[in-house]
Amino acid sequence: MLQIAGRSFRSRLLVGTGKFRSHEVMRDALVASGADIVTVALRRVDLSRPQDDILSFVPAGMTLLPNTSGAVDADEAVRLARLGRAATGADLVKLEVTPDPRTLAPDPIFTLRAAELLVAERFTVLPYCSADPVLCRHLEEAGCATVMPLGAWIGSNRGLRTRDAIEVIVAQAGVPVVVDAGLGVPSDAAEAMEIGASAVLVNTAIAVAADPVQMARAFALATEAGRLGYLAGPGAVSATAEASSPLTGFLT
Amino acid sequence: MSTAPGRFAQHLASGASLVPGLPALLDPGVDLEAMAHQAREVTLQRFGRAVRLFAPLYVSNACLSSCTYCGFSKDLDVARRTLTVEQVVEEAQSLVAQGFRHLLLVSGEHRVEVSADYLVACVVALRQFVPSLSIETQTWSDDTYARLVEAGLEGVVHYQETYDRGRYAETHVAGWKRDYDRRLASTERAAEAGVRRLGIGVLLGLSVDWRADVQTVAEHAAWLQRHYWRTEVTVSLPRIKPSASGFQPLVPVTDAEYVQALCALRLVAPEVGIVLSTREAPALRDGLVRIAVTTMSAGSSTEPGGYLHPGEAQEQFAISDERSPAEVAAMLVAAGYDPVWKDAFALRT
Repeated sequence: MLQIAGRSFRSRLLVGTGKFRSHEVMRDALVASGADIVTVALRRVDLSRPQDDILSFVPAGMTLLPNTSGAVDADEAVRLARLGRAATGADLVKLEVTPDPRTLAPDPIFTLRAAELLVAERFTVLPYCSADPVLCRHLEEAGCATVMPLGAWIGSNRGLRTRDAIEVIVAQAGVPVVVDAGLGVPSDAAEAMEIGASAVLVNTAIAVAADPVQMARAFALATEAGRLGYLAGPGAVSATAEASSPLTGFLT
Repeated sequence: MSTAPGRFAQHLASGASLVPGLPALLDPGVDLEAMAHQAREVTLQRFGRAVRLFAPLYVSNACLSSCTYCGFSKDLDVARRTLTVEQVVEEAQSLVAQGFRHLLLVSGEHRVEVSADYLVACVVALRQFVPSLSIETQTWSDDTYARLVEAGLEGVVHYQETYDRGRYAETHVAGWKRDYDRRLASTERAAEAGVRRLGIGVLLGLSVDWRADVQTVAEHAAWLQRHYWRTEVTVSLPRIKPSASGFQPLVPVTDAEYVQALCALRLVAPEVGIVLSTREAPALRDGLVRIAVTTMSAGSSTEPGGYLHPGEAQEQFAISDERSPAEVAAMLVAAGYDPVWKDAFALRT
C-alpha cells in the first residue's frame, strides 16, 4: 500500500484532470484508472456553478488533491492552498509554483518557501519539483509528505528523461517519491516504478490519448506491473549472454 | 511628437530573427492540409482538448485618436458613450450570468473619460466576482500598468495593427495612437510592470503585405518571451471587418491564407495562446478550433453597454459569429473540446 502522511492508498497511480475533451470523458477515465488520488487545479474550480463544476465529475470515493497550478510565487500558492482547504475540507495540497509560462518548470526557491509556509499551517504538502536530489532533501526536511520530481517537462509525453536523478532521489528519500509530469506512455510509468518510485502521476498522456479510458487502464496496469517488477528484485544486467541453465551445474 | 524606439523596435531594426523558420511556412506553395495536421498535433499536445472562453466588455467608445479603419475614430459623428463603473459592473454581471469568468475591458482612446483612475476603479469593482480581468485600451507611459496590476489586473492587450511604419502612419492619422514607437514600446512597459498575460496582434488587411506583419508579430512574441520570461504571450490576427469608418482593406486576406497564417504561427510558437474573436464567421471559427485556436470570445457586443442596452451607442465593428455563448460552448463540446469558462483565480481580493 502507498502510505502518504499516515493514510494508505491501494493504487500507486495518481491522475490529473486537465486537458480532457469533456467532464464526462474525464470521469470515465478516472474510474478506469483505478486511482485513489485525483488532482484538480483550483483555478479551474468554480464553486459558484456547482452543477457544472469539474469537482462534481470526480467519482465518489476518490481522494481529492487540490493543486496550486497557476501560482507564480509562494504567496499565491499559499492563498490557493487555503482556498482548496476551504473547498474540500481537507489539508492535502499538491504544491505547484510555475512562474515561467513557457516551460511550466517548477520554481525550486518559491516551492521550498511555500512548502515551509504551508507545513506551518498544518497542510499535508505534496510538492511538484525539479528532479534535484538536494532540493528533494530540503523539501523532505521542511516537512513535505512526499516529493514529486518531474520525469520530463510537464505535458511533454517525453518519458523518464530524469531517470538518473530519480534513482538518486529514490535511494535517499524518507518520504514517498511520486514521479510527476512527462510520462507519455504506459511503459514510462512502468520504468519509473521499476526503479523504485512509490507512485506516478499522469495527466496529459491519458487526457489527449485517442481513447482516454483505455489509456487510463493501460497506465494502471503498467504502474502495477512496474511495482511488482521492483518488488520481485530484478536480476543483474549483463553485457554478454548468461545461460539460464548453467552448463556446470552438475558439479555442485 | 514621437517616442524614441523601444527595445523591441531596436531589435527589429537590427534585422536579427528569432523565428527564422517562419518565411517557409508562409510560402504560398505550402501543403496547407499537411500543415494543419501538424499544427493540430502541436496544439493538442500543449493545450489539450480545451478552449478558453472570454467576453469583451466595451466600457467606452469615446476616442481622441483618428484611425481610418475604426468605428470609434474621433472624426466620425457617431453615438458616444462611456459607462459608469456601476454600469460596467452591471454589464459584467450579465456576462457572468452567461458563464463568463474571463473578461476583457475594451475602450477607445480617451484619457479623460477612460482615465487610469477609472480603469483601476473598474478592476477593483469587478475583481470580487470576475477571476480574470484584462484591458484593451489606449497605451500608457506612466505608472498605470503597475497600478492596474496592483489592483488585480491579469492581462493587457495591445495590437500594433501593422508593423509597417509607412502604412501605420497612413492609417493612424491623429492622436496618441499615431505614435508608432509609443504604441510598440507599451508591451515592454506592461511586461515590466508585472502584467502576466500580454496579448499582441496585427489587423490583417491594413498592410499590403500580410505575411510581413505575421512574420513580425511572431518575432514580437518570441522577443517578449525571451526578455520577459514570466509573461505569458497570446497572439491574435484579426481581419478587418466592416465598420462606420467605411474602410476597405487594400489586399484582402483569403480564408485559406488566414488558416495558413494561424498554422504557421502555431508551428513556430507552440506555447503561445492563439485568440480568435467573433469577427470571423462560424464555419471558420469551428474549423480553426480543431487546428490552432486556444481562446475564443463568444456572443460579443462591440458597443459600450451593448449586452444590457443594445443599440444606444456606436459599435466598433460588425461581428460575424452571432451565436450565443451557450451555442458556441455546445459547438465546442460537439467538436470534442471542453469549453473552459474559468481557468484563473482572483489575483487580489
